[in-house]
Amino acid sequence: MANQSNKTLNTNITKLVNQPYKYGFSTTIEKDVIAKGLNEKTIYLISQKKKEPEFLLNFRLKAYRKWKEMKTPEWAQLKFPEINYQDIIYYSAPKSKKKLKSLDEVDPELLDTFEKLGISLTEQKRLTNVAVDVVFDSISIATTFREELAEYGVIFCSISEAVHDYPELIEKYLGTVVPIGDNYFAALNSAVFTDGSFCYIPQDVICPLDLSTYFRINDQNSGQFERTLIIAEKNSKVNYLEGCTAPQYDTNQLHAAIVELIALENANIKYSTVQNWYSGNEQGKGGVYNFVTKRGLCSGVNSKISWTQVETGSSITWKYPSCLLVGENSQGEFYSVALTNNYQQADTGSKMVHIGKNTKSRIVSKGISAGNSKNSYRGFVNINTKALGARNYSQCDSLLIGNLSNANTFPYIYVQNSTAKIEHEASISKIGEEQIFYFLQRGISLEKCIELMISGFCREVFTELPLEFAAEADRLLSLKLEGSVG
Amino acid sequence: MNSNPPILEVKNLKASINDNEILKSLDLKIHKGEIHAIMGPNGSGKSTFSKVLAGHPAYKIISGEIIFKGLNIIDLEPEERSHLGLFLAFQYPIEIPGVSNEDFLRLAYNAKQKFYNKPEVDPIEFLEIINQKLQLVEMSAVFLSRNVNEGFSGGEKKRNEILQMILLDSEVSILDETDSGLDIDALKIISNGINTFMNPDKAIILITHYQRLLDYVKPNFVHVMQNGKIIKTGSAELANELENKGYEWLS
Repeated sequence: MANQSNKTLNTNITKLVNQPYKYGFSTTIEKDVIAKGLNEKTIYLISQKKKEPEFLLNFRLKAYRKWKEMKTPEWAQLKFPEINYQDIIYYSAPKSKKKLKSLDEVDPELLDTFEKLGISLTEQKRLTNVAVDVVFDSISIATTFREELAEYGVIFCSISEAVHDYPELIEKYLGTVVPIGDNYFAALNSAVFTDGSFCYIPQDVICPLDLSTYFRINDQNSGQFERTLIIAEKNSKVNYLEGCTAPQYDTNQLHAAIVELIALENANIKYSTVQNWYSGNEQGKGGVYNFVTKRGLCSGVNSKISWTQVETGSSITWKYPSCLLVGENSQGEFYSVALTNNYQQADTGSKMVHIGKNTKSRIVSKGISAGNSKNSYRGFVNINTKALGARNYSQCDSLLIGNLSNANTFPYIYVQNSTAKIEHEASISKIGEEQIFYFLQRGISLEKCIELMISGFCREVFTELPLEFAAEADRLLSLKLEGSVG
Repeated sequence: MNSNPPILEVKNLKASINDNEILKSLDLKIHKGEIHAIMGPNGSGKSTFSKVLAGHPAYKIISGEIIFKGLNIIDLEPEERSHLGLFLAFQYPIEIPGVSNEDFLRLAYNAKQKFYNKPEVDPIEFLEIINQKLQLVEMSAVFLSRNVNEGFSGGEKKRNEILQMILLDSEVSILDETDSGLDIDALKIISNGINTFMNPDKAIILITHYQRLLDYVKPNFVHVMQNGKIIKTGSAELANELENKGYEWLS
C-alpha cells in the first residue's frame, strides 16, 4: 500500500510518455532509386533524371566540390555519430508512368498516405483556403489550386517544374541568399537537392490563398534534401506554411534543406513551420537528423520577413532561420518554440544581420526541454556600420521539465555603430513538482496542468501562427509532453 | 461527545519522506461543524500532515488510515481527494507563470463540476460566479486577469487561497499557516472569509503558530503536535496557555 498513489502516478506518466508517434507508419510503393553513395556520378544522374538545364548541373557540381573540402560544423551543442554520406540514398522517387495531368492520376497509395496524415489532395476534401504542394521523399507529388493561383499571376509549383518552366527566375535567384558554400549542409543540399517548392508572387499582388508545402520522408535509407525558393515582388504579400513528418525507423534519416526567401520593395513574407519529423524512441534510437539553412533577404525598402517555427520533432535539430536586412526600414522577425523530450537535441535560434538604415528585428524564442534532452538557443545579431538607427529586441525563455533536461542560451551581439538600440532579455523557469501538486490539489488533472502551463509559456509565439496551425501546434505540444513530468 | 460518524478520521498514521519518518502514529477525529487548531513547534510535522492528507506524492505512507466521509482515501490521487471535498490552503502558494488566475479558477471549478456530472460553465457564466465570491475576501476583479499568484503580495496570495476554498466549497479545509505574514487588516479580511464560509456541514483544520488567528476564528479543539504525534488536545483555552507558557512544559 505504501507509496501506491505515487506508483500509479508514475505508471500513468510512463504510459503517456510512450504514446506512439502518430505518423510513424511507412508506405510500400514502387520506387525509382539511385543507388546509395555520393560522387560526381550521382550528381550527373540526379541532374539527368530531372532533365535539368546545364546551369543547374554546373551549380550542383560546384557545390559538390566545395562540400568535399568542407568539414561538419562542430560548434553546436549537439552530439551525434559521424554521418556516413556513402550510406545514404540521394534520389528516391515513387514510380509514375507519365506526367500527371490532374490529381486524379496520382497513385491512390500516395493519396491514401497523405489522407492518413490529414492532408487531403482530392478535389472534394482539400482545404479551401490553403494551396498545398506535397513532397514525398525526393519528389513533389502534387500541387493544389495551381490554376486558381495562376489567374493572379502567382506561380506555385515544385522547384523541379520551375526549373523547366521558369529557368530564368531560377537562374537569377537560386543560391543568391544562401550561397552554395555557405555552410557544410548548405553545400551538400546545393549539390544533391531533389525537390521542394517554388513560389513567385508578382508585383502588387496579395496572394489570395495561404501557400503550404508538406514534406514526407518515407524511405528508410534515403535522405531528404529539399529546396524552397520564394520570391515576393514589389508591394506583394504571401503567407507560407510548412509541415513535415516521417515514419518511425530505428535508424537515422538525414534531412538537409535550404529555404531562400526574397522580399523586394514593400513586400511581406510570413513563413511558418511546424516541424514534426520522427524524433526517435525513449532511448534515443532512430529519428531524423535535421540540418536546415533558412534565410530571408529583405532587399527592398520597407520589406518584411517573418519566421515562425514550432520545432517538436527530429532527434537532432540544427536550424537558424535568419534575415538579411538590406533595404532601408526593412524588418525581420523570428518567433520560435522548440520542444525537446527524451534524448532529442536542438540547437536553434536566429541570425539578424542589419545592413540598411533604420532596420528593425525582433527575436522571441521559447525553448522547452523535458526528459534527458538538450535544448540550446543560439542567436546572432549583427548591426553593420551603415545600419544607422537599427533596432533589435531579443527575448529567449527556457522552460525545464524534470531534473535531467538541459537548456542553454548563446546570444551573440555585434554592434558596429553607436546609433543602434539593442535589447536582450532571457529567462529560465521550471515546471516543478510543487506547481503540479498545486494544480492536482485543486482537482485539475496532470494533463490539463501541463497543457495550460505550456500554452501560457508559448502564447507569444502561437499568436503569430495561422489559425489552423496554432491549434495544431498547441495539440502537438501537449501530446508530446503529456506525462513527461514526474 | 459527538455520536455521529466523523467526517475525517486519521488512525495510526505513519509517513516518511526520503526514508525519514515524520509522522509517527498520528490519530485525529473531526466532525462536521467543528474547527480544529493544530499548534506545535517548528518541525513537529504539521505541514507534512497537511500534505499527506492532500496526497502529496513525495510522502510515503508507512501505515495507518485516512477515512474521509467513510472512505479510506489513502490510495486516491490528489485530484480525487480534491473532488471529494478536501482542500488545502498552502503555506507558500506557488506562482504559476503564463496561466491567468481566472483560467485556473474556472478549470478547477469545472473539474469538480465534471466529477459530479454537472454541466461545466463557460467563461461568462463563471465570471458571475466568481465575482460574488471575490467580495467575500475583498479582492478586486483585477486579480482574475493576473497570472496565478505571480507578483502577488503575501496577503494577496493568502486571500487567493481562501477564495479558492470558497469557490470549491470544500467540506474539510486544511489551512496551513494561512495567518503567517499577514497584517492586521488582511488577517481580519481572511478571518471574515473563513467565518462566512463555515457552516454546520463543514469542518476546518487551522495549522497555526499564533493565538491571534484564533481570536477571530474560534476553534472547538486545540491540538498540540510534537515529534509527529498529537501529544495534547484541549479547548480554545489551551491556545492561550501555549501563548503564555510555550511548548516546553508539555514534554
